[in-house]
Amino acid sequence: MEDVTETLLLVLVVVTALAFDFTNGFHDTGNAMATSIATRALKPKTAVALSAVLNLVGAFLSLAVAATIAKGLVDAQVITLEVVLAGLVGGITWNLLTWLLGLPSSSSHALVGGVVGSVLAAVGTSGVIWTGVAAKVLIPALLAPLVAIGVAAAGTWLVARQTRKVPESTSTRAFRWGQVGSASLVSLAHGTNDAQKSMGIILLALIAGGAVPADSSVPFWVILSCALFMALGTYLGGWRIIRTLGKGLVEIDTRQGMSAETSSAAVILLSGFFGFSLSTTHVATGSILGSGVGMPGAKVRWGVAGRMLAAWGLTLPAAGLVGAVCYWIQAGIGGALGTVAVFAILIATSVAIWVASRRKPVDHRNVNDEWEPGTAPSADAEPALADAAATPAVAATASPEAGAVTAAPSADQQRARQRAGV
Amino acid sequence: MSFIEIDSLLKVVVAGLIVGAGLPALFALGVRLAAGRTTPAAVDADGAQLTPSGDVVTVERPTIARLIAGGVCFLVVVLAVAGGIVFLANGGH
Repeated sequence: MEDVTETLLLVLVVVTALAFDFTNGFHDTGNAMATSIATRALKPKTAVALSAVLNLVGAFLSLAVAATIAKGLVDAQVITLEVVLAGLVGGITWNLLTWLLGLPSSSSHALVGGVVGSVLAAVGTSGVIWTGVAAKVLIPALLAPLVAIGVAAAGTWLVARQTRKVPESTSTRAFRWGQVGSASLVSLAHGTNDAQKSMGIILLALIAGGAVPADSSVPFWVILSCALFMALGTYLGGWRIIRTLGKGLVEIDTRQGMSAETSSAAVILLSGFFGFSLSTTHVATGSILGSGVGMPGAKVRWGVAGRMLAAWGLTLPAAGLVGAVCYWIQAGIGGALGTVAVFAILIATSVAIWVASRRKPVDHRNVNDEWEPGTAPSADAEPALADAAATPAVAATASPEAGAVTAAPSADQQRARQRAGV
Repeated sequence: MSFIEIDSLLKVVVAGLIVGAGLPALFALGVRLAAGRTTPAAVDADGAQLTPSGDVVTVERPTIARLIAGGVCFLVVVLAVAGGIVFLANGGH
């Protein structure tokens, strides 16, 4: 009976790890492809397909960083299959929730948060290496967007200066190529770095469950299934997040897109090179913001950026809370039933979030609609959560004859001037 | 254990600026060199256009030298991307 429980637990952990890998794929599609989709350098479907293929290829490129996910963050001794399962559920839940809200947030931070939370629930504060969490997770999360904003802003400004006198059609055509090339590199880097995290977890689980020896390398079926699940997630595309990154933060043209993606690729690869790992999501988001900062006359929606920053701050505690609660439920019920209960909670939560997302679906058809509603065909009476913050703007622009006469037109004029100035 | 590895961070910032901002700038330079040069066409002192078509600028085709220089810019960018892929394939860190 004990054996059956162990095996069931192991199978569920592997399945959940693959589910996390899947959410990681669709959560992070936007990091690479949002700008190419927004500038129409690629058709939405083509962009996600390209990204999926490159993620798949990237996953096979290298296996060097596998099995390092929670190293230096939690006491390796306390990592049991139960802890890993609860941590994964925390990570997936946070990924899905932020996806529903259209907020890009780091998948790896969600995972770390979930694992830290479940370790706290399992053994208390002694199981967590707080200095490691601060040095490897919290501080880089603050620095990554700053570095990326600076690099992308510098790049965009230089590009804008160089191309001032180049006819717009010529520069758009050329920069589309540059944009697709740099975005592809980001996708490839994501496949290499992030698929390995899931591989590392599954390997960890297999070792903990005694299915493979402790010094085993990653089995081929693990590499293959992680690569496939991430590619599938990428192909399905987190359209809500793509929309926020491509349309919500900055009105972007191909020159900005190219600068942003090159900045992302450079910062991600260089931070890996110098051993100062930064989250892909934080870097990509910072780069897109930077491309708005560096482009003369471009408009940056700092409100959207602020909400994103808040989500990043919440990632660790929120995923940790879910991880901890899951661990308590699992330990409280105990045995196979506890594990199944946690898994059932995960499925129920996922379905609930998916159902909620259908109330106002975002897909490849409407991903490029204008961000400010009013012109958007889907601006109906009941805005979804993703547009909640933009709702006051609807009221202001949709009823110029009402009390908003003073504020709305001037904002419109300013916007038009800014557009013309780009 | 120090919380911020200033040394690594500085390296990332400096190298990031050189590569991450330099490559787009180089690409833009390539585009500028390879694109036709625009010159203001027949504009009088007040900035009014005098051409019948209303074109503000005329476009000259780039010279061979400019095309080659532009090509070199693009080549450097392509090589940098190839370098990035090799780096990833070698472990990515």
